[in-house]
Amino acid sequence: MDRQGNTYTFLYASVLVVVVAALLAFVSQSLKPIQDKNVEVAKKIDILKSVKIESTSKDAVKKYDQYIGDNSFIIDYNGDKVDGDAFIVNMEKEVKKSFKDREYPVYISTINGEKKIIVQVRGKGLWGPIWGYISLDSDKKTIFGATFGHKGETPGLGAEIDKTAFQAPFTGKIIFDKDGKFTSIQVNKNVDTSKDPHAVDAISGGTITSKGVEAMLKDCLGGYKNFLKK
Amino acid sequence: MSVDYEPLFSAKNLKLITTPLGSQNPITIQVLGICSALAVTAKLEPAIVMSISVMFVLVFSNFIISLLRNSIPSRIRIIVQLVIVAALVILVDQILKAFAYEVSLQLSVFVGLIITNCIIMGRLEAFALGNKPWQSVLDGIGNGAGYGVILIIIAFFRELLGSGTLTLPGLGTLHIIPQMFYDWGYQNNGFIILPPMALIVVGIIIWVQRARNEELIETK
Repeated sequence: MDRQGNTYTFLYASVLVVVVAALLAFVSQSLKPIQDKNVEVAKKIDILKSVKIESTSKDAVKKYDQYIGDNSFIIDYNGDKVDGDAFIVNMEKEVKKSFKDREYPVYISTINGEKKIIVQVRGKGLWGPIWGYISLDSDKKTIFGATFGHKGETPGLGAEIDKTAFQAPFTGKIIFDKDGKFTSIQVNKNVDTSKDPHAVDAISGGTITSKGVEAMLKDCLGGYKNFLKK
Repeated sequence: MSVDYEPLFSAKNLKLITTPLGSQNPITIQVLGICSALAVTAKLEPAIVMSISVMFVLVFSNFIISLLRNSIPSRIRIIVQLVIVAALVILVDQILKAFAYEVSLQLSVFVGLIITNCIIMGRLEAFALGNKPWQSVLDGIGNGAGYGVILIIIAFFRELLGSGTLTLPGLGTLHIIPQMFYDWGYQNNGFIILPPMALIVVGIIIWVQRARNEELIETK
């Protein structure tokens, strides 16, 4: 056959594409269960970290079953339980809806005999999405622990939100004021935040990411306020 | 085809591996693949994984294109190359997501962007289309290693000076700068973590390389 002719060229391209497509479809299908498992384990590590339980990809599933297990549920804006599995709620879709239409996942963990309430947050950083889990003491207003993650914030600057130095000061901060009004947590860089129960230090050089965390907390914790006031 | 049985690792073949490490280095001499060299070198581990991924794609695409080189219709040869490279890149991405999930998160879009790495299309066009499969594999290894070596050197300095640590696959994050130094007032240089500083590190490597090898100095 003429190697420069149209027929040969079309045939060649078609066969090549079909072979490559079949190969990729096969690989993708056979690796999917392992990949889904990885995503699930990473989420469990994050949730456990918010109640200060360190875990690795090896023992995360075991520790999750031990500290949380099936103790999770979904609530609506009014704080009432609705049906569904909290673990598979897609926050990316939920935060795009209005407050009233969202589903809010809640996880309950028991640490040293004390009940901790874990809520999920998601927002925007400088380059892409940021997310996190906040755990609250049983008084439902004092933060016990916080963990944040990000897709691609600047390393050394905004990316520092996933480090202990940024997360540790959240412990002990309070998200309601004395009159029970929702105050959220300010991420501030100008004032002495050690004396302010409603603020933590921002990251120098990571202003937009820090503001993103602040906005995320206001938006997402705000959605939980009716549940937390109950 | 002529029947010439030259040894697998003849001097000529070995040169295919060694020249891209030195006088024909894809990054410092040909100035290809700079984008990813800036993007994934803030930490050592992603740089190592990226180097291995690029080498994998380079070796296999060189090999496959070289096997097909006499059958590819010349009018669509770039498209054929793209399809092969894209398929290999998706393969790498899927494998990383399954078996090195945390690293794949750090590399994020840059694995997918291997397809736009000029080194790969450059080697396919310049070498694999005109040479036998074995030589093409060696060329892929050489250029992949030449790319990887520079990436790892850049990442070493950027992580050491920027974060005071070195992150190695399997070993986790090692704190290299002792706490004592920080107590005395030493600070990590946050500036070197930003991509432009990688360019300056590349510039220093090029400077050192040219100063040591006079053949590389242009006489204009």
